[in-house]
Amino acid sequence: MSKVFKSVKDVPKEELLAPGHRLCAGCAAGTAVRQILKASGRDTVVVSPTGCLEVSTSYFPQSAWRVPWVHVAFENAAAVASGISNALKTLQRKGKSVEKADVIAIGGDGGTFDIGLQSLSGALERGDDILYICYDNEAYMNTGIQRSSATPFGAATTTSPPGKRSIGQRTEKKDLVGIAIAHGIPYAATACPSYPFDLMNKVRRGLDVDGPALIHVLAPCPTGWRTDTSDSIELGKLAVLTGLWPLYEVVNGEVKLTVQVPRREPVTKYLKAQGRFRHLDEDTVKKIQEKADRLAKRFGMGPLREQQ
Amino acid sequence: MGRRVGISGNYAVAYAVKMADVDMIAAYPITPQTTIVEKLSEFVANGELDASYMNVESEHSAISACVGASLTGARVFTATSSQGLALMHEILFMASALRTPIVMANVNRALSAPLNIWNDHSDAMAQRDAGWIQLWVRSAQEAFDTTVEAFKIAEESRLPVMVNLDGFIVSHMYEPVELPDEEEVKKFIPSRPLENRISTKSAHAVGVVGPPEYYYEMKYQAIDAIEKSRVKIKEIDREFNSRFGKSYGEVEAYGMDGADAALIVMGSIFGSAKEVANSLREEGKKVGVISLRVFRPFPIQELRKAVEGIKAVGVVDRATTPGGVGNPLYNEIATALYDMPDRPAIQGFVAGLGGRDIRQDDFRLMYSATEKAAREGAGRCMYVGLRE
Repeated sequence: MSKVFKSVKDVPKEELLAPGHRLCAGCAAGTAVRQILKASGRDTVVVSPTGCLEVSTSYFPQSAWRVPWVHVAFENAAAVASGISNALKTLQRKGKSVEKADVIAIGGDGGTFDIGLQSLSGALERGDDILYICYDNEAYMNTGIQRSSATPFGAATTTSPPGKRSIGQRTEKKDLVGIAIAHGIPYAATACPSYPFDLMNKVRRGLDVDGPALIHVLAPCPTGWRTDTSDSIELGKLAVLTGLWPLYEVVNGEVKLTVQVPRREPVTKYLKAQGRFRHLDEDTVKKIQEKADRLAKRFGMGPLREQQ
Repeated sequence: MGRRVGISGNYAVAYAVKMADVDMIAAYPITPQTTIVEKLSEFVANGELDASYMNVESEHSAISACVGASLTGARVFTATSSQGLALMHEILFMASALRTPIVMANVNRALSAPLNIWNDHSDAMAQRDAGWIQLWVRSAQEAFDTTVEAFKIAEESRLPVMVNLDGFIVSHMYEPVELPDEEEVKKFIPSRPLENRISTKSAHAVGVVGPPEYYYEMKYQAIDAIEKSRVKIKEIDREFNSRFGKSYGEVEAYGMDGADAALIVMGSIFGSAKEVANSLREEGKKVGVISLRVFRPFPIQELRKAVEGIKAVGVVDRATTPGGVGNPLYNEIATALYDMPDRPAIQGFVAGLGGRDIRQDDFRLMYSATEKAAREGAGRCMYVGLRE
């Protein structure tokens, strides 16, 4: 059984992501990483592909990482993590080293959904013992808010701008957890740092399974979502409470909702709080509400709260 | 005592990797490299080699996994050819700058298009600025010996090493190879020391952002390291000689006594070049041949010594630099000899692209054009064997 985090008393005080990093104010990715490392502890090697998190935490001569940390390139975090994990195990088996470490790759949606998907698929298919965590801020925020295949339907980005012939992003976010579990991996889940215990428990379970695990974390981004820096945690909650971001896990193929939403909020509450959805017309909003309704049905969430 | 076996160049590499007791192999199949990693998977499958064997989904991931594994202190190996090496391009620079002593066999094959699985040197030449040490072999025996040396060179210089062998001509040719005792090899290259590696005992950050105030100095460290590897390469070859009775040097000169003209080659064509030089000598022509075993770091002093007193050299390129001044090997040699007093005339040739045979007549033509350059100065680059 994995360690369970139920209250703040169970959470170590030690911060393994040092303060003073260069992530934007209100960046939920930083919050997610703090939670991830509290769950994993010191015996962890973190691999990051290129992205916001990478450039903001490793600007030489400073580093915000209090665990060993490796960045090689944009599209290969899963392959690098697999190499580290397999090499550490082999050194141990051959009696060359006694050191044990969990290997966690933490990449953004660009490095995961788009350019890094092939190497991720390779690692999942081979069954390498790594935990891959995608912090999904729903666009290429590091290069200035360009759309990725994780950008949600309707969102404005610098490369999916709304206009006379455009509603903004035309496509839906890929189902990353679906792609992961199609590889037959033992553990996959969604999470959000607005629900810290849920996230930390999932990290622990992901690390404790034998073989690869994947966690898809929604990470609100004030810079790219055009929101107030103090709203990120609230926005994460709204994503869950509207049904747009169901929190669930898939253990050996069994799907389980981990945070129930008895009465869902309307998606307008989530959309209106964000500048990137400001241009949406009623028709588009309706489509997004229908998506939330479909997700609610699929994962067994409650009905829409009655509007006053 | 060692033993004498009949094996291909690719198997010779695989035996060297097994005797080096590598900890991790990550590879993707590509012709003509594939039989190296097939043999290695066999060694791992039957327990003759205790290593993690990663069947990755691309060469990009192969080299990425090797970089990660090498950072833990493990001894790692990969092999590729042509398009596979081209796909690794981005990560090759990181492997050298992050100072990971990876050993890679590159079985030389032409780059597409058109698709071509046969031998030339366009793959390795396209990666010559990636900061890797590049060694070139001419036979299965040399493929074995050089791969063994490569692990020691890599780990003592903390730089990756590419061992180049000509596709099919060396890789698939079965030749007698002297294999030393595995124990002797292990004494020559004991386990890689577990130092300068990522460890949970210290929070090293590897692959950081290097802003303008630091990037230059960081980059220079890798430049300095490959410069310093010149001494290591020499020392290790000497040590190899004292242990195994074989030595290759950086540059090999053949039949250069009193020669006026010489061809400069890399790889397996050295054999044909020597044979034609012998016939020409019998006909009274004063020709010789020089073969480079090390291309990076480029053996400037050794090459200058080899061409002393020569009136003209003919450089045989097996890759091109379209739109450039010369071709890759020609450019290196012209630069290396430029400020030499009494430098020879330098005649450029392109030959054997995409596996086109370089026949005896082609060599005769190149020798005679080089002799002509000795008398009249060098002419334009000649595309030897190209049909009208």
